[in-house]
Amino acid sequence: MSSKSSTQHLSRVNIIRKKHIRLTIAALIILGLIILAGEITSYDHIDGLLSIPAAISWLFSNMLFSAGTLANFPTVLRLLWETILISIVSTTTASVFALIFALLGSQLTQVNTFLMYVAKLVASVSRNIPVVAWALILVLSFGTNSATGFLALFFATFGFLVRAYIETIDEASSDSIEALRATGATYPQMIFKAVLPGSMPQLFSWTLFMIETNIRSATLVGLLTGTGIGYLFDLYYKQLNYEMVSLITLSIVVAVLIIEAISNRIRREII
Amino acid sequence: MATQLKSRSKVTEKKADPVIFNFPEEAQLEETIERPVIMQVKNLHKNYTKDTKVLKDINFDIREGELLSIIGPSGAGKSTLLRTINRMIEPTSGEIIFGDENITKLKGKGLRKMRTDIGMIFQHYNLVDRLSVFENVLHGLLGYKNSLQGILSLYSEEEKEKALEIITELGIEDHIYKRCDELSGGQKQRVGIARALIQDPKIILCDEPIASLDPRASMVIMEYLKRISRERGITVIVNLHQVDVAKKYSDRMIGLNAGEIVFNDAPEVMDQGIVTKIYGSKADELIVE
Ligand SMILES: Nc1ncnc2c1ncn2[C@@H]1O[C@H](COP(=O)(O)OP(=O)(O)O)[C@@H](O)[C@H]1O
Ligand SMILES: [Mg+2]
Repeated sequence: MSSKSSTQHLSRVNIIRKKHIRLTIAALIILGLIILAGEITSYDHIDGLLSIPAAISWLFSNMLFSAGTLANFPTVLRLLWETILISIVSTTTASVFALIFALLGSQLTQVNTFLMYVAKLVASVSRNIPVVAWALILVLSFGTNSATGFLALFFATFGFLVRAYIETIDEASSDSIEALRATGATYPQMIFKAVLPGSMPQLFSWTLFMIETNIRSATLVGLLTGTGIGYLFDLYYKQLNYEMVSLITLSIVVAVLIIEAISNRIRREII
Repeated sequence: MATQLKSRSKVTEKKADPVIFNFPEEAQLEETIERPVIMQVKNLHKNYTKDTKVLKDINFDIREGELLSIIGPSGAGKSTLLRTINRMIEPTSGEIIFGDENITKLKGKGLRKMRTDIGMIFQHYNLVDRLSVFENVLHGLLGYKNSLQGILSLYSEEEKEKALEIITELGIEDHIYKRCDELSGGQKQRVGIARALIQDPKIILCDEPIASLDPRASMVIMEYLKRISRERGITVIVNLHQVDVAKKYSDRMIGLNAGEIVFNDAPEVMDQGIVTKIYGSKADELIVE
């Protein structure tokens, strides 16, 4: 009896020691990678850290804006608003298509195996092309206008949401789908009565997350496609008008914070 | 016969407990054997892959209004057998005769129609947690509706009345507006039973209905199932892993071991030797609960 309990005790100690060893090895590997990356890119981490105070003082001396700059604020607001709208519209449009593809692509709700793989493939392709690449590709065919920005955000969002939605559906609905199928329910009934009510809050939450993400991306996409707040940023940046650049940056940060606060509020309400 | 009479007097002794119901004497006296057969399972086989034969040549009859339990060790094929009965799982070969019809060949509308005659309740209740008790119970009617009527929740006053009646009978009328994730396990299972009852089924399949419940809630659920079989004449087929519970409530027990029926008789016949045959050497731990 006592020998049995002592072997158990010993094995537990071993497990803890093994975990410590694994943690140490992982830490060493990460440290090694950081040093290696620095060597390859000839970037000196110490120098990088030391230059931070100088960079901050440059920021403060060049980017604090004056009253004259504030006169341009309405323009900034107008383009910021346009950017936010494009993000919201592209995300919500993408979410409708993503929901259809997710229903076709989920193991639980697929209609047939061939369509399931097609849906997954389409989503995977559109997800794995980064939003910047989408913007550059689309600029070639559509030129610099709002539609290009909208489409770039749409494709990247669509791909991501299909994946997030499939995971949500798989997680939330398997039990209730089984129950409804057993009552003799039709496919549309199972979707509307079990899948959607069960996964709606989580689907909504992912959509809000993508709206937040897209407001950040929209700035970058606008820079590439010459639209929205990104375009304005690019314009003043090239004119070396740092006061305007800082005003624009600050507005974007505030807008993102407000949107985040709103979506957190909505999230809390629906869950 | 003598054992049956004895066990009945035991039930009446516990009268003080509100969850114990007194079944009508006539219903108790009726012999299981005399009830008409409503379903026949013939030469049923199921292989998930070529090499794994989960059900091997299953043959048994299901009679009207009986409470039939299926026991056996985990992995014996109980859940698979139960789900082939309503075609949630496709049998590999064999026939299931239900109302003069071989239901293993049904498709589309015919399959849905057949499923309205068979209710099902689950170990994990399988409710839509975010919807109310009332909505979940009404889901039992979806098999009778076309897609649009179902999606738009077009239920008649009569149907809502019936739902309310069943909910009241199961003692969960105080929770009718509550979301199902606010209920206890025992209450959730009663919603599951209500959803099955509103289908007006001939058979209710129960896959480990009390495996996630405490002893008291388990007893309440088993009492309800027994009462449903007695008062409504609905056949109740229950997968169980507790032999003692199965013995107490069943009219008949089927013992499944490695996909084969090794016992099919009245609970009074079940003894330690048969339990060992069903469960193998683990039997000793199982009989004591
Ligand atoms: N979908 C499936 N695919 C492959 N094998 C399965 C599947 N479902 C069950 N099985 C196997 O069939 C056997 C019987 O399972 P099951 O019917 O769930 O038994 P029980 O309910 O008696 O525990 C088990 O060995 C299990 O691994
Ligand atoms: Mg099982």
